[in-house]
Amino acid sequence: MMIKINIAANIVTKPILAESILETGALLNISQAHFDPTRGEVVAEITSDQFRKIKDSLVSKGAEVLVLDTPISRDEEECVECGACISVCPVKVFSFADDWGLEVDSDKCIQCGTCIKMCPHNALTLGH
Amino acid sequence: MVKKTIHEINGKIRDGSVNVVTAEEMVDIVGELGAEGAAKEVDVVTTGTFGAMCSSGVWLNFGHSEPPIRISKMWLNDVEAYSGVAAVDAYIGATQQSQSKGMDYGGAHVIEDLVRGNSIDIHGISPGTDCYPRKVIDTTINIYDLNQAIMLNPRNSYQKYNAATNSTNHTLHTYMGALLPHNGNVTYSGAGVLSPMHNDPNYETIGTGTRIFLGGTQGYVVGEGTQHSPAAGFGTLMLKGDLKEMSPEYIRAATFKGYGSSLYVGMGIPIPVLNEDIAKATAVTDDDIVTNVLDYGIPSRDRPVLRTVTYGELRSGSIDINGKEVPTSPMSSFKKSREIANELKQWIRNGEFFVSMPVERLPRDTACNAMKQTNANPHVMDIMSSDVTTIREDAGFHDAAKVIMEKQFNHLPVVDSGNHLVGIVTAWDISKAVAKDEHNLVKDIMTRKVVTANPDEAVDVSAFKLDSNNVSALPVIDSNRHVVGIVTSDDISKLLARRH
Ligand code: SF4
Ligand code: SF4
Repeated sequence: MMIKINIAANIVTKPILAESILETGALLNISQAHFDPTRGEVVAEITSDQFRKIKDSLVSKGAEVLVLDTPISRDEEECVECGACISVCPVKVFSFADDWGLEVDSDKCIQCGTCIKMCPHNALTLGH
Repeated sequence: MVKKTIHEINGKIRDGSVNVVTAEEMVDIVGELGAEGAAKEVDVVTTGTFGAMCSSGVWLNFGHSEPPIRISKMWLNDVEAYSGVAAVDAYIGATQQSQSKGMDYGGAHVIEDLVRGNSIDIHGISPGTDCYPRKVIDTTINIYDLNQAIMLNPRNSYQKYNAATNSTNHTLHTYMGALLPHNGNVTYSGAGVLSPMHNDPNYETIGTGTRIFLGGTQGYVVGEGTQHSPAAGFGTLMLKGDLKEMSPEYIRAATFKGYGSSLYVGMGIPIPVLNEDIAKATAVTDDDIVTNVLDYGIPSRDRPVLRTVTYGELRSGSIDINGKEVPTSPMSSFKKSREIANELKQWIRNGEFFVSMPVERLPRDTACNAMKQTNANPHVMDIMSSDVTTIREDAGFHDAAKVIMEKQFNHLPVVDSGNHLVGIVTAWDISKAVAKDEHNLVKDIMTRKVVTANPDEAVDVSAFKLDSNNVSALPVIDSNRHVVGIVTSDDISKLLARRH
């Protein structure tokens, strides 16, 4: 499952991710990370049996953990299968099938929202 | 030498013996039988494309009101249509945007709504004349209430199109979609192997009067499109068709974020195989069609060509740019292009569509020239102030405050030990630092993402950068990132004030 870890400004300089990984032994597979002086945001994949313990560990250190359970969805009526969304997705959710139709592997989605802005036909939404 | 006439082919369409294949299928047929064998075997090759055609629009005739009005300005669902023609005619263009909804709804959306049979609110105004006394008209119509709704696209079905990428450090929003920073992606348009004009590059069968597939119905080629530039491989067509007969399957409004609206138009052209040269031309493949990858990061008419590329490479999903594998995205739908080529094939097979010869050939020698500009085009170096003081990033913010006060500058570019620009501080950053009472070095309070200008950049480009980034000054830097000047929104406003 995909999770998002928000790290507030007051703890952004502390190695809380590394600490939690060492403490729990959970294999956190980080797919996106964004840090600046005001906050940190990490998107990662974790197996569901390891989720509880890493969440507890991160939360105890002051982070916020959200489950990303509403991946990208496509309105098939609106979509013209142009493929414009393919190249902007950082985790390759979109690809062409053999018949040049669009394939959407939404399990991989980290909900960054980039493809929504790219789609010329307003066919993509998050959170439904 | 095989020779066929249009009459013979249409005879075969009539008696059901015609052999039609799509341009994709033709590749293998010519591969197997050779051009001569294929020319004997195949009578018609169908093509198709479905992509954004900004240069699209529709002529509408509303009929006369009581009392009559000669409309001088009008809006359809709040999108302005051009009505400076006669009394109750107007042309709605795909890229015109709504006055209230902005980029999210434009002429293209009005056109799609019409095709879908939806109601459209009309508002028209007029100065009033003796013969047309009415001054305002407000009504609600749908496509069935119109006398005519004739699609007329001044420039469509580009023979091929440049591919786009972006070398800058920020995302660009263009009619080629979102272009990620540092050449993060490449977008392209066009149907490659199915591309209508590439299957008849000498325009032997495509010309004025050619009957085509347009938006799900029969349409016609009016002649060459605007910017028709055949020598460069950028031929274009002007097309017409009856919007009332079109289908929302093939006429779809689009919005490119940060750019505006456009219309996806499905069109396809049948190529009658009159001889083996035509058969050979219709065997064109994605690997035979070459186009340029342009850097849209350079806001100039002459965008640099990063490399040439074939449609085969573009359609493989990624291409190499300066040693980096970059993912590619088409903007047009190959699946729908294929559907169009197949639908057209079916029409011909069923005897519902007959091929035609052009009544006039398209010009082969016109060029697309640049605009003649008679007014000087000022550059940043002409208006920038070269009297610019910089400050080192490791200076204290009190020093920055002092410079700002003494020099009465609002913007202070920040440089590193090698004098390269690394940030900018403004009087506002300093006030913030004072109020918070927590930082003391310039590098802690400066903005690191500085929007800059080049000395030889057109002033219009700087004006756009100031506007779209919501900043009030741009440090001007040379190729070594050394600060050579500064240009402010004041400098530009003064210049523009003189221009108007
Ligand atoms: S960009 Fe939009 S319309 Fe095009 S394939 Fe993706 S979801 Fe469909
Ligand atoms: S939101 Fe879109 S671009 Fe982002 S990960 Fe999901 S599918 Fe990919």
